[in-house]
Amino acid sequence: MENVTIHNNTTIALSEIPELAYDEFMEGNLGLLSEKPERHCVLYFGYRKEELLRLICCLADDETHLIHISSSIVNPSTVLPSFTAQNANFEKFERELHENFGLKYADHPWLKPLRYPYNRFDLSQTMENYPFCRSESEELHEVGVGPIHAGIIEPGHFRFICNGEQIMHLEIQLGYQHRSIEQLFIEKKKLLERTTLAENIAGDTTIGHTTAFVNLWESLCDFTPERSLSFARTLAQELERIAIHTGDLSGICTDIGYQLGNSVYGRLRTPIINFMQEWGGNRFGKGLIRAGKINYPFTPKLAERLQTILKAYEPDFDEITDKFFHLPSTLSRMEKTGVVSYGKVLEIGTVGMAARMSGLNRDIRTSHPYNLYGSTIVHEPILKHHGDVYSRVQIRKQEIKQSIGYIRTLLENVPEFSNTENPILTPGSDKFVLSLAEGWRGEICHAAITDASGNLIAYKIKDPSHHNWKALAEAVQNNEISDFPICNKSFNLSYSGHDL
Amino acid sequence: MSNNFKIMWHQGKQYIPDVTTAKVPGIFRGRPIISTVKVNEDTLVDICPTHAISANPVCIDLGKCTFCGECAILFPEKIFFAKDCKLATNQRSRLIVREGEDKPVTLDPDMVRGEIKRIFGGSLKLRQVSAGGDNSCEMELNATNNVNFDMSRFGIDFVASPRHADGLVITGPITANMAEPLERCYNAVPNPKIIILAGTDAISGGIFADSPALNREFLYRHTIDLYVPGNPVHPLTFINGVLSLLRK
Repeated sequence: MENVTIHNNTTIALSEIPELAYDEFMEGNLGLLSEKPERHCVLYFGYRKEELLRLICCLADDETHLIHISSSIVNPSTVLPSFTAQNANFEKFERELHENFGLKYADHPWLKPLRYPYNRFDLSQTMENYPFCRSESEELHEVGVGPIHAGIIEPGHFRFICNGEQIMHLEIQLGYQHRSIEQLFIEKKKLLERTTLAENIAGDTTIGHTTAFVNLWESLCDFTPERSLSFARTLAQELERIAIHTGDLSGICTDIGYQLGNSVYGRLRTPIINFMQEWGGNRFGKGLIRAGKINYPFTPKLAERLQTILKAYEPDFDEITDKFFHLPSTLSRMEKTGVVSYGKVLEIGTVGMAARMSGLNRDIRTSHPYNLYGSTIVHEPILKHHGDVYSRVQIRKQEIKQSIGYIRTLLENVPEFSNTENPILTPGSDKFVLSLAEGWRGEICHAAITDASGNLIAYKIKDPSHHNWKALAEAVQNNEISDFPICNKSFNLSYSGHDL
Repeated sequence: MSNNFKIMWHQGKQYIPDVTTAKVPGIFRGRPIISTVKVNEDTLVDICPTHAISANPVCIDLGKCTFCGECAILFPEKIFFAKDCKLATNQRSRLIVREGEDKPVTLDPDMVRGEIKRIFGGSLKLRQVSAGGDNSCEMELNATNNVNFDMSRFGIDFVASPRHADGLVITGPITANMAEPLERCYNAVPNPKIIILAGTDAISGGIFADSPALNREFLYRHTIDLYVPGNPVHPLTFINGVLSLLRK
């Protein structure tokens, strides 16, 4: 199939993306993915071109480090054969196309609303009349949870079909968090407005999403960042990973009912996020990552401070981890709970931790390196093979240790920070650009298209949760409903990142 | 068991003894102080991503400010973000900081309903509702009850059910898709009840203020008892705000 290949964070002329007939476009992309676990779809979206719709499909190849891009122009009122009928990776992407543009599919197996955007094609679809999978059996019962949950978390609705305590089926209805971010990216013209939007896509992944945005923006404006900027982004990314993973371990201890672990991991997160505060004035790194500049240079004094913090963090982390990973009462709750097999994650097309837990090696830091990954930091993904809660917890434990190592490597050579001035950044005209970053959850993808005068005409965001929510629904099948909280926490997926 | 004691011993004292006087470590963009120095006000107003700055006299609305600090970087002689983390108030207009003023943000005692101190003074149970929040405010509200901040020492807790709650804490700009669940949750809280808006997004919509996907009508129908600014709210800002509402 005719397609154009690019590397991560490369800008190309929009006209370079070949336009294919839909049949060829579909066969070609499905063919590229067939029997190739190292390839997956990172983004499949559409944007209006007058009365028609241009579909753009981006497939990443982890071995060649290339991204294959192709497109097709379709009339939204025609009925099309779906990709999903042959490859489940596309399930949510096609649901989104259907929901936003009214694109009809003849054979999509699960063509339900995705996030109820305010400007959806069919306004008769409402949160209240979501077509849940139902069971008429008298032996089974349904349990509805949410949108407002017991804890302080974001809203989403879970509908279980259970046989006694056993979960037969879980359907997840999202969309409560929809703020129309992609549309706001186009409407808001100032760079700072857009950066602020990127910071608020998912507040727990502020660094991840903002890094994806600024890398994209700099590429689009043909601006090459100095090493110091890449350094700051890489360092902040690994700090975010440590902080959130530590917090997640605390949360998992809560769900098991292991109070000591909950308290110790909970308090261990504090020095890391407080360091973010010391560096950039915000515990989540809001305000830190900026395109073309940085307002808060990383000074040698901060480097020294971070060394001290990590030195104090590590022994306490090791001690509680040693305890937590050897307690029969905690292990019995985690082992063989919430299993998703390799075959299943491949079928769903999960990314990040939710792929690596089952032996599927997907990590943008090695496959499509950016910033200082691939140079100063040669990343080795951590793989587990059981796909259970325990695997996900082990990945967190090992990734925290790994990130500490990476930070120490980075601190060996702290660059001079000079660029605090606002650079002049002008986006190129008629361009397409795609940026991938590995947040703590997994692969984050941002893409942008500009018109002849360099204005954004499409901005697309994909949080790793987009792929991974389906894996949670799979994981809980045949588990006890009382194990749902620990399964949910072990994935810790984003609602706002999904709903946008 | 001895091992457990060892682990506990190694943590040392983690709690903040007095949260009312505690300082936020490092740099913190708290209450801004605006000098009377003359600057190009058009540029100043223009750089703010959420239109929190207005000119003549120069004011910053903490209900709209995302505390990104960009204005203070561009005009260091004009704007300085002090470390003062006590930013909560019960009157929306008190969130507006004017040039030449350097006084703490406080509550208007006359506006605090009498029953708040009388009924909730000893124990306040809150139900949190995220209505489009990005999970940073939510994580900070969770942190208010970790071993560092330990808000429950004051009898203030988050509870699972609105039926057990004395009020709501709302985060996020209130999306249209969450408007109804929020209203239903509020109705499920028994009277008397309070409403706290936590974070810039909840107070003004923040960067999402002009998003067509919001429905903020809930706020027009009900009285707000406390505004807690921040992006996200710092746990100390939240705890001190609630304490001053309860006049503890």
